[in-house]
Amino acid sequence: MTSGQRAASEVLPESAIEEILALKPKYPTLEALTLPALHIAQRASGGWLPESAIEAVAHLLELPVARVAGVVSFYDMYHVRPVGRHRIRVCTNLSCQLRGSGEILETIGQELGVDEGQVTSDGRCSFVQFECLGSCDTAPMIMVDDDYHENLTPERVRQIVRELK
Amino acid sequence: MSTERVLMRNVGRPEALTVRGYREGGGYDALAKALRLQPEEVIEEVKRSGLRGRGGAGFPCGAKWSFVPRQTPKPKYIVCNADESEPGTFKDRLLMEHDPHQLIEGCIIAGWAVGANTTYIYIRGEYTKAAAILESAVRDAYDSGVLGTNVLGSGFRHDMVVHRGAGAYICGEETGMLESLEGKRGQPRVKPPFPAVVGAFGCPTVINNVETLCCATHILLRGADWFKSIGTDERNTGPKLYAISGHVERPGTYEYPIGVPFQTLLDGCGGMYRGRELKAFIPGGASAPMMKASDRGIKMDFDTLAKAGSMLGSAAVIVMDETTCMVRATLRLAKFFAHESCGQCTPCREGTNWMKILLQRIHSGQGSEADLDLLARVVPNVGGISLCALGDAAQGPVRSLVDKFSDEIRENLRAGRYPTPAPRYFDQGAAA
Repeated sequence: MTSGQRAASEVLPESAIEEILALKPKYPTLEALTLPALHIAQRASGGWLPESAIEAVAHLLELPVARVAGVVSFYDMYHVRPVGRHRIRVCTNLSCQLRGSGEILETIGQELGVDEGQVTSDGRCSFVQFECLGSCDTAPMIMVDDDYHENLTPERVRQIVRELK
Repeated sequence: MSTERVLMRNVGRPEALTVRGYREGGGYDALAKALRLQPEEVIEEVKRSGLRGRGGAGFPCGAKWSFVPRQTPKPKYIVCNADESEPGTFKDRLLMEHDPHQLIEGCIIAGWAVGANTTYIYIRGEYTKAAAILESAVRDAYDSGVLGTNVLGSGFRHDMVVHRGAGAYICGEETGMLESLEGKRGQPRVKPPFPAVVGAFGCPTVINNVETLCCATHILLRGADWFKSIGTDERNTGPKLYAISGHVERPGTYEYPIGVPFQTLLDGCGGMYRGRELKAFIPGGASAPMMKASDRGIKMDFDTLAKAGSMLGSAAVIVMDETTCMVRATLRLAKFFAHESCGQCTPCREGTNWMKILLQRIHSGQGSEADLDLLARVVPNVGGISLCALGDAAQGPVRSLVDKFSDEIRENLRAGRYPTPAPRYFDQGAAA
C-alpha cells in the first residue's frame, strides 16, 4: 500500500479505493482517473465531496490537492456542500421551459418548503435547476438521483416528491 | 421521400442490446467487411460517402480520419463524443440506449481505419442509463470476441472504455473533452496542433460524434454510393436524426433523409401543439440562430441552413408557438451560455454575461430601447475571437433575436408589456 492509499483509507471505504484503483489499466495516466474517482468518492461520501474526500482522491492519484479541487469546482455534478438523501435536478432549459418547467419548479419548492440548493430539515431532499438533460421530447422532466422522470404535471411531480423516503 | 429507418432500425427492438441479437439483424457485418479491407480503403469509402459530422460542426468525417498520421510510434485513440449537451438535443441518447452495438461497431471501424487500439466513449455524466447500457454492451462485446485482442478473429486489437463526464457543456468541444478525459478542467486547448496529431494523452486522436460513428457502420455495410443517394446533394448526404421538441404535438427523434423541409418535420410530428400558430423555430440546437415562421419551407441540411444565416448544428429542432415571448426564450439560452462559458477567453466570458444582463433588463421590465441597441452592439464582439466556438454559439440565438424580432421587442417596450406573463400549461389539462 502506498502512503497515498494509506491516507485515503482513513477517509474513503476500502471498497471505494479498490473500485478507483481497478480503473488504472484503462488509462495511460493516473490523472485520467480523476473524474471517475471523484464520482466514486462522492457516492461513498453521502452524495457530496467534503474536503477530506477531495484530499483522499488527490493522495490516491498522486496529484496536488488544488488540482483536484479545481476539477471539482469546474463540474456541475460534484457538490462541495451537503445535499439531500435525494437530489432533484429540474431541467429548466428552453424545451422544458416551453412546456411548463416553471410550474414544476414551483411545485417542488412548495412541496419541500426549502429554497433551491437547500436541504430539507430532515435531510431528505434538495433540489436545483439544471441545464438541459437531453430529454426534451418528454418535457417537462426532472432527474431524481440517477433516474429520469418525464412528461410531468404538477400533480405527478408532487406525488414523486412525496414518495421519496 | 424514403422512410426507411437506418440509424433507428433497432429502436424498439430490445434484442439488439445483446451482441447475439444485434448480429441476428446483420450487426457486426460492417465491421467484418471493414476488417477485410485495407485501412486506407475504409477511409476512402467514408470520404466518398460525403459523411459530415453529426455533432454540430459538420466537418467531413473521412477527411478527419485521413489527418491521423499512419506512421507514428505513439498509440492512437478514438474518442467518441457522447457528451450530448446542446440544449434541445437527445438523439444520441436514443441511439445509445436502444442500439449500443451500432455505436460500438462504428468505433471499432474508425479504430481500424486510423490504426487506433483504444476507444474512449466520453458520455455526459447525467446519462446514467445510457452509460449503464453501454457498459453492459461493451462487456458483452468483449465476451463475444468483438472487442479485445482479436476482433472477430482478425488479429486486430481494440479496447473500449466508457468514460463518464461530470456536467459541463464545454466538454462537448473536442479539445475541452480531451482535457476532461485526461482528468482536468474541461478548458479548450489552443489549436493547432489539432487532435489528429496531438490529441488524447498527447497522441493522435479522432473525435467523432455518436451519430457520425453510427453512420460509418452503415456506409461500410452498404457502400458510399448508397449513402450518397440519400439527401440533398453531394455535400449533404445520408440519413439524419432530427430531435424535435417544444410546441409540437408529438416531440421525439425522427429519422429522415438529410435536407428534409422543416414543414415535413413539423407535419411528421403531428403539427403544432394544440393547433396553435408557428412563431419561430431553432433548427439546430441552442447555438443555431432562430428562424421565423415564414422560413418553414427551408431544407434542413448543412448548406441550406448556413446560407440562410443559421445552421444544422446537432439537428435539434425547438419549435415555438405564438404564445412564446421571444425575449424570455432567448434569455434562457443566454443564461445557459453564460453559465457554461469556461472563462478562459475574455470576449466569451464577458460577452455571454453581458448578453444575459441586457436580456434580463429587457425581460424584467426595467429595460429600454437603448438596452436593445447596446445588445446589438455587444453581439458582434462575442464570437469569432476565442479559443473555441462557445462564444460563436452563444451569440447565434441573440443575434437572430435582434435581427428578426427587434420590431416586436420595441413595440413591447413602448407598450410596457415586459415582463410578459408566462403561459400556464397544466391548468388547461394540456399534459393530461
